[in-house]
Amino acid sequence: MDLYEYQGKELFKRFGIPVSEGRLATTPDEARAAAAELGGQVVVKAQVLTGGRGKAGGIKLANDPDDARAKAEQILGLDIRGHVVRRLWIERASEIAKEYYLSLTFDRGAKRPLFMFTTEGGIDIEEVAESTPEKLVRLHVDPFEGFQPWQARRLIFGAEVDDPNEQKQILSIVGKLYEAFVATDAMLTEINPLIVTPEGKVKALDSKFTVDDAALFRHPDVAEMRDLDAVPPEERAAREKGVTYVKLDGEVGILGNGAGLVMSTLDVIALAGGRPANFCDLGGGGDAEGVVDALGVITADPQVKSIFFNVFGGITRCDEVARGILAALDRMTIEHPIVVRLDGTNAEQGREILQEASPPNLHVEPTMLDAARRAVELAS
Amino acid sequence: MAIVVDQDTRLVVQGLTGSEGRFHGLRNRNYGTNVVAGVTPGKGGQDVEGIPVYNTVAETVDHAGANTSLIFVPARFAADAVYEAVDAGIGTVIVITEHIPAHEMLRVYTYVRPKGITMIGPNCPGVLSPGKTNVGIIPAEVFAEGAIGLVSRSGTLTYQIGYELVQLGLGNSSIVGIGGDPVPGSSFIDVLEKFEADSQTELVVMVGEIGGNEEEKAAEFIRDRMSKPVLAYIAGFTAPPGKTMGHAGAIISGSSGTAQAKKEALEACGVRVGTTPTEVAQLVADAVGARA
Repeated sequence: MDLYEYQGKELFKRFGIPVSEGRLATTPDEARAAAAELGGQVVVKAQVLTGGRGKAGGIKLANDPDDARAKAEQILGLDIRGHVVRRLWIERASEIAKEYYLSLTFDRGAKRPLFMFTTEGGIDIEEVAESTPEKLVRLHVDPFEGFQPWQARRLIFGAEVDDPNEQKQILSIVGKLYEAFVATDAMLTEINPLIVTPEGKVKALDSKFTVDDAALFRHPDVAEMRDLDAVPPEERAAREKGVTYVKLDGEVGILGNGAGLVMSTLDVIALAGGRPANFCDLGGGGDAEGVVDALGVITADPQVKSIFFNVFGGITRCDEVARGILAALDRMTIEHPIVVRLDGTNAEQGREILQEASPPNLHVEPTMLDAARRAVELAS
Repeated sequence: MAIVVDQDTRLVVQGLTGSEGRFHGLRNRNYGTNVVAGVTPGKGGQDVEGIPVYNTVAETVDHAGANTSLIFVPARFAADAVYEAVDAGIGTVIVITEHIPAHEMLRVYTYVRPKGITMIGPNCPGVLSPGKTNVGIIPAEVFAEGAIGLVSRSGTLTYQIGYELVQLGLGNSSIVGIGGDPVPGSSFIDVLEKFEADSQTELVVMVGEIGGNEEEKAAEFIRDRMSKPVLAYIAGFTAPPGKTMGHAGAIISGSSGTAQAKKEALEACGVRVGTTPTEVAQLVADAVGARA
């Protein structure tokens, strides 16, 4: 689960990482009030779960409350890479002398948390890694050893931070970032930029924070931060029904059992010249209840023109799956053409059951590729 | 021979009295797996259709000679279950449980790894050695015994490929589902190494998907360390970045973990990558035919 900048900063603050004072606003008037309360120059920042806000005009400096109101008006409703701005973070403006970068990520490859630190902050870190890799200090942490001050010293001296005052502050921030990372089950925490003010104060000017979905049960406060308005309505409905669903941008609705098989189904649709409308995994079974819920979510997407139901019958045999499909279609009205491919245990019986019942909009195909071609044809 | 599980497997099912544990534990026994015990704290002394239940894994090692554990316990207790099995002296631990927090798995992995224990999963379908033993939730009826090793991050996709192999008259030495989580107990390389050493296995099929870089690492391992031919399939070419596709580990982060990058890495190391599961099965048949 990705957090907004202001939510990440709230967590930073909770763990003692210095951030600027700010307020959340969802209307121009709230932005004005927030600026008046904070006093002085403020920054009006779009809160979206994507990068490139600055270039898209989502971050603006405001000199006074009226200016903050005007800037908020410009930014609210902006579409930044498909994300509509509904929330603003109004923050006291900071003077910047230096921009550093600090992150702690869950390195799957090394199976250890990974610190990255550089004095070349404020820009895309992948760029730094590519153009000046010697300036990027990387350090893995043993999860049992946990954070030790030497690790922070390696980062600081490795990146050649000379000022003792800065060194002291960064040392403390590195330790607190590790604490926050572990305590919140984070997959990624990034401070870019980590700034030094002209007075020599180090603080986080931005935040990127991703928390492991599987661990949210032990962080109800973080789980509550999820912005349901930022989730496509189909995905929200799927979440409520417990259906594993991801909205995509095509015409062929996809339903299958098992994550790998469904991913493969999307690929086969593309091979057949079509575009998948979604990812939807029924899980192991194929009972009528699950099929009804999934079909409900898929057909709620107005882009969907046809549906490809791709099932491999293992422990749940294909004849059972076929009966589940028919029972589901009995309980709901679906106008879309549905192409079914059944394979695996009792596939033959399953196909016969479907063919005998033969609802007019149901097409049975023997292989994945045939079924994909048919579904693409029916969607055009 | 086969790998990970075979006729010498003496299985304890942790969570045998739960609905999943009971259903699959009994299915495994019906297949011929030697299920010697179950563990459910507080239910020691009971039995599940004749399989004795103990309170602790240590008792199953002492009294029933268990050497392999199959874990079905709920996510929030699963890490504890792995530690218990490992500390009791179990040599092979297979974790079916899904949604174990990644940080938890990081610590489990770091603890288990240096002990030389084989851990498969979590969030995996288990391991089947056709004709010998089945440990987990793989539908054994779909597969036949043979010489093809199969290792995969996905369940149903593996069944699909195994089923197509059977249609072509081919069978498997072992089918290993390493699972769809970000921190699997065994990587592709760990399993490929076992297949390379297994006398029954002549060729290996590796089924990957988006997320992480284990396929890329495996590609180099295959080029440098394997004499047996390997064929691959990768799922998720059409997956968008930043979205978890069903499996917790199936996510493209930034520009890393794409199916295209994995395919290119494999092909650069001489591993053929099929475009559909059907094509992969056909490539296997061609390769085995060519070798015969």
